[in-house]
Amino acid sequence: MSEPIFDLTYVWAAIIAFGVIMYVLMDGFDLGQGILFMLAPSEQDRDIMMNSVAPVWDGNETWLVLGGAGLLAAFPLVYSIFLPALYIGVFLLLAGLIFRGVAFEFRFKAHSSRYLWNWAFAIGSTVASFAQGAVVGAYIQGFETENMRYVGGALDWLTPFTVLTGLGLIAGYALLGATWLVMKSEGSTQQWAYRLVKPLLAAVLLIFALISVWTPFVDPFVAERWFSHITPIWLLPILALACAFWIYRSIQAKREGTPFIATMGMFIFTYLGLLASKWPYVVPPNYTLSQAASAHESQLFLLLGLLFVIPIVLVYTAWTYWVFRGKVKADQGYH
Amino acid sequence: MDLDPLVLSRIQFAFVVSFHAIFPVFTIGLASYIALIYGLAFKTNNPKWERLGAFWTQVFAVVFGMGVVSGIVMSFQFGTNWSNFALATSNFLGPILSYEVVTAFFLEAAFLGVLLFGRGKVPNGVHFFAALMVSIGTFISSFWILSANSWMQTPAGVEVRDGFYHVVDWSAAIFNDSFWYRFTHMGLASFLTGGFVVAGVSAWFILEKRDTELHRKALSMTLWLLLIIAPLQVFVGDLHGLNTLKHQPTKVAAMEGNWETQTNVPLLLFAIPDQEAQKNHFEVGIPSMASMILTHEWDGEVPGVKEMPRELQPNVPIVFWSFRVMVAMGMLMVLFAVTGLILRRKKAYARNRWFLQGLRLMSLAPFLAVLSGWFVTEVGRAPYLVYGQMTQAEALTPSLTGGMALFSLIGYITVYACVFAAGAYYLTRVIRAGTEAAEQHDDNKHRAKRPLSAAEADFD
Ligand code: HDD
Ligand code: HEM
Ligand code: HEM
Repeated sequence: MSEPIFDLTYVWAAIIAFGVIMYVLMDGFDLGQGILFMLAPSEQDRDIMMNSVAPVWDGNETWLVLGGAGLLAAFPLVYSIFLPALYIGVFLLLAGLIFRGVAFEFRFKAHSSRYLWNWAFAIGSTVASFAQGAVVGAYIQGFETENMRYVGGALDWLTPFTVLTGLGLIAGYALLGATWLVMKSEGSTQQWAYRLVKPLLAAVLLIFALISVWTPFVDPFVAERWFSHITPIWLLPILALACAFWIYRSIQAKREGTPFIATMGMFIFTYLGLLASKWPYVVPPNYTLSQAASAHESQLFLLLGLLFVIPIVLVYTAWTYWVFRGKVKADQGYH
Repeated sequence: MDLDPLVLSRIQFAFVVSFHAIFPVFTIGLASYIALIYGLAFKTNNPKWERLGAFWTQVFAVVFGMGVVSGIVMSFQFGTNWSNFALATSNFLGPILSYEVVTAFFLEAAFLGVLLFGRGKVPNGVHFFAALMVSIGTFISSFWILSANSWMQTPAGVEVRDGFYHVVDWSAAIFNDSFWYRFTHMGLASFLTGGFVVAGVSAWFILEKRDTELHRKALSMTLWLLLIIAPLQVFVGDLHGLNTLKHQPTKVAAMEGNWETQTNVPLLLFAIPDQEAQKNHFEVGIPSMASMILTHEWDGEVPGVKEMPRELQPNVPIVFWSFRVMVAMGMLMVLFAVTGLILRRKKAYARNRWFLQGLRLMSLAPFLAVLSGWFVTEVGRAPYLVYGQMTQAEALTPSLTGGMALFSLIGYITVYACVFAAGAYYLTRVIRAGTEAAEQHDDNKHRAKRPLSAAEADFD
């Protein structure tokens, strides 16, 4: 919307894209604990599941806030169209996150009401994951806009397609959560987590296959991008499938850390594939990155500060991780 | 009545932001207090400070946790309900809110872990440093958010091009005309909140005869603090009002309940403002006093609400009464602080049951004052969102329907009611468990790095 000497829009696009995948990976594995929570064989497994993510959950929430504020700063049009269009979904997301957040805190103190907090944690996490997945679907579908405003209805975002993407993300987060648990736990909990991985992987692959077949029909732009000619982006789904195979192999071999890394890889390549499908549209089908960007001065003002502040943030964050280094063990439950 | 998305959005925003506001004012004040206590612990090596610090840190953990969850809701409200506003002001508000996240929220989150769970893991000096960083974090946070809010009251440093605000002078926009007044007034309000809650809880422990020596000490310290800041707040509030008179005369007219622009305006102690008739009923006031306060002359001229056409007037009864509640609370605070000084002789302040019972009740006063203060500020700005430039109606999300707004309003009220009833219940448990419990659980190793998990009391 302004005439800069050098364009920061793509720098900001990279920053936001990075922030989003950071959020997805980090909150993904702990939302995954919630999704799998009520399936766990025993209350002790649940203790371990919660303990395994308790130390990191806090920071993940801050990434989400940064995502919101960062979008407002760099791509205000995305902020001001997505949120109204997804009004009901955003409410569900926030309500889910609230219940889940406080369940984290209260469950360990509760005795007779513990089952209530268990369910609050499980349902809150699942609803929040579904809402996030539906956002992805809604993004693929596109938004009805006019003169930079959303003009569609309250439930336009809720279609069979977005329900499928919502379920897809639930399955995906559950897979991340299961492989995380394989890495972080031992004994019977770990055995249970090992058993979960293959069925979850199958579910994820099935849903992702359905989504991939369906997407070009939802949006001709995507069809054009992928099928009009031979393109290097074909590599992305191939790499994602390779990661899926890697997960399978590492589970067969009973590796502990590898399945989690491989799952992250699968997420990253799928995510890049999604970005490639829509590039350069951020508010499809009408607005591109540069049309959605904020004023150059504002992008610059924030970027200069970030360059200075972020290294400091990283230093003290790393320091606090160092203070709390070491594993959370099974017998270190709460009282 | 049909469902007006504007009215419903205003109710919803007022509800969620008021809800959120309760927690920050408390955490900001308490964080500084905790840093002070751990500073004393570090300097004197006296275990009783450690114990007091551990107790208040538990309370802090619960309140902070609720502040975080309710805050996350806030950062999405601008987009969901006020998207036209968000879009138009994004060039300024976007960077400001982002700076808040990177300079304050990350700082708070990182050092909070060390503050809550680091005892025994890091040297005492480092633990004190963490407490200090958390308290600094809360101030940085209020710096940015109050800058954003003050800018909406007294916009500066921007120009409008094609419906978008563009920042032409960052420092003029950030340090706008009402910023320093609001920042100081709010900072003092936070200290008063922390101070009166600590005083009230200490008074309760003394009345219950539990750990009396320690709480007498805490009460004494707090009363000295209150003796300075309670009167200071009245003074700063007066300056704040004079500044508002310059920039938003209609708001001040509403606070005073003054309809006509006139001289010798009385200071109304009681009145029932009638917006329809554009006048007051049952006025009781001190003659010419409002003129004196606002212009420093008995016959000074004070602007009236009627300067503005009916549709640009704020809701006078709400502003008028909220202002009186805030000022009354401020005066009560001064009264208690001074009484504390008078009762200094032979430490009577720790024995006088009336005074102690009064202090218990006074722990609610700052919350009342803060909420009514914000009501004055925000309702008095109506119908504008960006004062003089953008109205609430223009700011509203165009696609928002009454049904959607009603759905989310009921939803938020339900969610908050459940969650925060549990929180309040839990908080009373922590306080009842007392400083004695804080001491028993010095070993932190088995607990994870989560705010509420630092609290030791059981839930049920
Ligand atoms: C004067 C202080 C003040 C005011 C007026 C506000 N806040 Fe606040 N906020 C804080 C002071 C604060 C804090 C002290 O920094 C909190 C309170 C407890 C906490 O966890 O941090 C916080 C938490 C907090 C969080 C969670 C931070 C985290 O993840 O750690 C968010 C997203 C917001 N706030 C956003 C807002 C918005 C959008 C507001 C305006 C409408 C707002 N706050 C008003
Ligand atoms: C934390 C303390 C705050 C409280 C208790 C508070 C309270 C309120 C209240 C009661 C209203 C409703 C006014 C009316 O409808 O007539 C309102 C409106 C509003 N305030 Fe605040 N406010 C606070 C801080 C802020 C801050 C820091 C910002 C911005 C950065 C802000 C932005 C707004 C907006 C956008 C509205 C419009 C919605 C509306 O008019 O209802 N508020 N606030
Ligand atoms: C008794 C003397 C007091 C006076 C004369 C006074 C004056 C004012 C005025 C004029 C405003 C509105 C400013 C504007 O909107 O432009 C205000 C707002 C406010 N007041 Fe007070 N006040 C007093 C006491 C208190 C106390 C004791 C507290 C809390 C402990 C408090 C907390 C607030 C808050 C939170 C706001 C809203 C934020 C702001 O605009 O600063 N005030 N006050």
